[in-house]
Amino acid sequence: MPTFGNGRRVAIVAGLRTPFERSGTLFKSLSSQDLGRAVVAELVARAGLDGKEVDTLVFGTVVPSVLAPNIARELALLPMLPKGIPAVTVSRACTSANQAITDAADQIALGHANVAVAGGAESLSNVPILHSRGFANALVSASKAKTMSSRVGALARIRPRDLVPITPAIAEPSTGETMGQSAEKMAKINHIPRDEQDQFALRSHRLAAAGTQDGRLTSEIMPYYVPPQYAEVATSDNGIRADSTPEQLAALKPVFDKRYGTVTAGNSSPLTDGAAAVILMSEERARSLGFTPLAYIKSYAYAALDPGEQLLQAPVLAAPLALARAGLTLGDIDLVEMHEAFAAQVLSNLRGFESQLWAERAGLTKPVGEVDRSRLNVMGGSISIGHPFGATGARITTTLANEMKRRGNRFGLMTLCAAGGMGFAMVLENAS
Amino acid sequence: MTAALTTTMREGGVALVSFDLQGEAVNKLTRGVVEEFRALVDRVESDSSVRAVVLVSGKPDLFIAGADIDGFLELRTAAEAEALSREGQEMMNRLERLRAPVVCAIHGACLGGGLEAALASAYRIATDHPKTVLALPEVQLGLIPGAGGTQRLPHRVGLRQSLEMILQGKNVRAKKALQIGLIDELVHPSILLDVALDRAAKLGEGKIARERPRATHGLGDVMLEDNALGRSVVFRKAREKTREATKGNYPAPLAAIDAIEQSYLGDRPKGFATEARLFGEMAVTDVSRQLIFLFFAGAALKKDSGVGEAAVTPKPIEKIGILGAGFMGAGIAAIAAMQGTVVRLKDAEHARVGKGLKEASSILRDQFKRKRITRRQLEDQLALVGGTIDYSGFGGAGIVLEAVFEDLKVKQTVLAEAEVAAPSAIFASNTSTIPIERIAAEAKHPERVLGMHFFSPVQKMPLLEVIRSKATNDESLATAVAYGKRLGKTVIVVKDAPGFYANRILAPYVNEAGLLLDEGVAIDAVDKALVEFGFPVGPITLVDEVGLDIAGKSSAVMLGAFGDRMVAATSLAKVIEAGRTGRKGGKGFYKYEDGKKKGVDETVYPLFSSNGQRMLIGARDIVERCVFAMLNEAARCLEEGIIASPRDGDVGAVFGIGFPPFRGGPFRYLDTLGIPTVIRALEVLDGRFSPRFRPAGILREMASSGTRFYPDRERPR
Repeated sequence: MPTFGNGRRVAIVAGLRTPFERSGTLFKSLSSQDLGRAVVAELVARAGLDGKEVDTLVFGTVVPSVLAPNIARELALLPMLPKGIPAVTVSRACTSANQAITDAADQIALGHANVAVAGGAESLSNVPILHSRGFANALVSASKAKTMSSRVGALARIRPRDLVPITPAIAEPSTGETMGQSAEKMAKINHIPRDEQDQFALRSHRLAAAGTQDGRLTSEIMPYYVPPQYAEVATSDNGIRADSTPEQLAALKPVFDKRYGTVTAGNSSPLTDGAAAVILMSEERARSLGFTPLAYIKSYAYAALDPGEQLLQAPVLAAPLALARAGLTLGDIDLVEMHEAFAAQVLSNLRGFESQLWAERAGLTKPVGEVDRSRLNVMGGSISIGHPFGATGARITTTLANEMKRRGNRFGLMTLCAAGGMGFAMVLENAS
Repeated sequence: MTAALTTTMREGGVALVSFDLQGEAVNKLTRGVVEEFRALVDRVESDSSVRAVVLVSGKPDLFIAGADIDGFLELRTAAEAEALSREGQEMMNRLERLRAPVVCAIHGACLGGGLEAALASAYRIATDHPKTVLALPEVQLGLIPGAGGTQRLPHRVGLRQSLEMILQGKNVRAKKALQIGLIDELVHPSILLDVALDRAAKLGEGKIARERPRATHGLGDVMLEDNALGRSVVFRKAREKTREATKGNYPAPLAAIDAIEQSYLGDRPKGFATEARLFGEMAVTDVSRQLIFLFFAGAALKKDSGVGEAAVTPKPIEKIGILGAGFMGAGIAAIAAMQGTVVRLKDAEHARVGKGLKEASSILRDQFKRKRITRRQLEDQLALVGGTIDYSGFGGAGIVLEAVFEDLKVKQTVLAEAEVAAPSAIFASNTSTIPIERIAAEAKHPERVLGMHFFSPVQKMPLLEVIRSKATNDESLATAVAYGKRLGKTVIVVKDAPGFYANRILAPYVNEAGLLLDEGVAIDAVDKALVEFGFPVGPITLVDEVGLDIAGKSSAVMLGAFGDRMVAATSLAKVIEAGRTGRKGGKGFYKYEDGKKKGVDETVYPLFSSNGQRMLIGARDIVERCVFAMLNEAARCLEEGIIASPRDGDVGAVFGIGFPPFRGGPFRYLDTLGIPTVIRALEVLDGRFSPRFRPAGILREMASSGTRFYPDRERPR
């Protein structure tokens, strides 16, 4: 049976995240670096991991900071870690934290590392606002100017329209389509009615609220005392609405297609700030350091399709690949975590798993199958919890591993869609 | 004896002189070293092949620490000390006039005589390194710079800068030294020697002038320093400020001002003569003797493991847990983070944790604002402190320090929890009143329970009492002592008894102040008398600052333990009963407006047993009653073995509760007064206020045997 790791099993030994807070709220003055440093510091402290054991650190982020482009290295320079930990920042849209985790896992599987910290951080409150080309050109020429008059001349070329800042939109560079427009298109192609989307969103909120209430979710969340006043403390995700009603959701207007649309703010994931991280170890090192693994990485797969088609449908291609690499079928899977960018996307993905057409595109003879809804996103997902792009993958990994352990499940599957028409899937195996 | 100075000839006729005092950790200007310098200067004068000299240190991260302070203690008369100063001046003058110009290549501390030598040299280059600091710290030892420092520094860095450096004695970092013109160049350590050799060669060839104008000269200098009128304003202000700060108890800063002033009067020999004379006078003052004693006592304690001869290795501490995120807990968290320790700061509620984090962060931020650390260092220190409401992350903590509510049950509960959460940790209580033995009564590992009694505010107060209970083992004790030192504290080990040491001797002193109020003495009269004696604040202000509730709790414990010979002051109890808490509540013995102290709150007088009836008592009597109560208690502590030595008792009192440093501490002060004199005074007081002034047994014994706590003039160990 082909199993990831060539005999060196990779264990997830601990995971932690900050609370996920809607952008512009509690974390509005924090950078993704602040969030990432906080979660790694707390994770290492809570796990009781000696920083000297860490061999590598990989972190994902989608909107990079211009001032600290390699955020991973800034995190690796935390005072509780030795200065000699090489660190890399990776970016694969909403699967950036998964990329970080699989990169780190690969390093462990190859024998290049034994202990790794991996995760992701995102501040969508602090996206870089760009100057126009004209303004930038004038500044660059002025800085290169050798005389005062040529400096003044360069600056004099600035026109009022050059001063309008450019805010990057969440749009596909290849198609110009925004994420929401893509979800809207998928809802239409896959015939996902509005009420089904709303119901799924409602379910997400209710399950997340229950998971928060009973402490399953909060056990993987660090309290975040917000500097510099420390008067506010975030202890849970502020996007979860326990009291959401179908009527409220139904009352919301579609955002991306006002006339025929079904995708609303209520059935989409919100812009969110947060960070999440896991500690990975080779099975052997985990044992020798006295850590009890939560789960092992059984397999993973990335896939992609034409972004102009159904931008967020690639999990349908990635999941069968990951299952095949694990030598498993959906029937072997006890628990499924799917990233909820949009209810329309989750439901499209689920239909894709059941579709003969998509099975053939994935090179299979029969569909992946129907996902048992009672085993799907049992503590909600990104719609309710929130979605800091670079961090979500690490949140899902931790939640899946913890819940599998609690339930005594053998195998768990996670899937995530990503911009660029990409998808990711990973199979975890219970460690006990 | 091997030579301290090694000379090698380098290109261009540059003599490279490396200073490395054998058998010592630091370079200091001992008599032997001065002899060697003299011989070196003679050699250079007679050897025309030497065109320039570079002076460098052979010690890592230290240039010259200064004069040999041990030698000062041997000086008997002012004339002897003046002659020593003359010798130093002569040495520096020869250095200054040496045919071959001298370049000082400074890496590490350059202090006192070291800086005076650098000032006499033709050129100074320092490294851009945190260890490189320059200072004239003589006033901190009750002295003034005696080798030309007061004469040369003003003309190098300007009058106001020189006053600041000499009167405060504080370290000047290399970067600032360049800004104020104290050094000529600032370079990376790895090119220090190359640059120094190059500049020396150029000076030797005359390509760099030996006499160079002051580098910095601003408008303020023109107005205040370049003319006699401006300078007279500066000197007057400096004298006023100094008199106010020293309250007439420290003569050295005023002497330094006199010497500096002389340097502006155009008569160079007279200036140097004034400096030497004043140095001589200062060197034999009792103040200087006491300050030098404290300097040595502090240094000796830094080397003291706390466990005597026992051969145990302290455990390295990388993580600590702190229980209780109040003012104390937060302060300890901050100083631990400064030393790179991972800190888990726990309290019962998020709001309390948040408050603690805020407090810790403002202590840490303060260092950044003072430019002591970089922004990244600040962020790293902040990242080390993790707030929590449970015991998560306590595993692996080397020490769990509790600073929770002063209640035995609460402390025993958190101890039991900590033993589970951090099974191998030492449990340290920051209690100020509860015996450690009782806190450890139900501990699984009482051998790992001890006290670490910090003083408030933690980041400022230099003392730490480590309390050993009967069960505490050597390893735990040595670990706590070593970690306390790492936190920058001066650590004394004390026995587990009510009040330990510092608070124990404070109690009768504060209580006596309260009794004076009972009798009708004015609040400010009591405070004023003791401030004039030399305490930083008076006893009544002190309890307002500490918090009346806390002071009340502490005094109750002391009365419980020593009630048979203590009479409780009712004034303190009445003011507490009236619901006043002191500064923090805005109402105490004094009035407070917007956090500022505003004079005595007259409305408290009717609460006293004197019924508002006022009585006048002389300051002398006030001081005698309060201070003798403290001295007597200190003697009892020594007798009972609460402290191991008079040295620990003196350092503890000065560093912990602000006993006037110029008096050396309670035991030094007892020696100064003469024990028989003190006994007589105590007996008179005992006659009036029996039994609380009954002299301690040890004092009677010493009086009858004619012994002292310290043999005269011996350096403390």
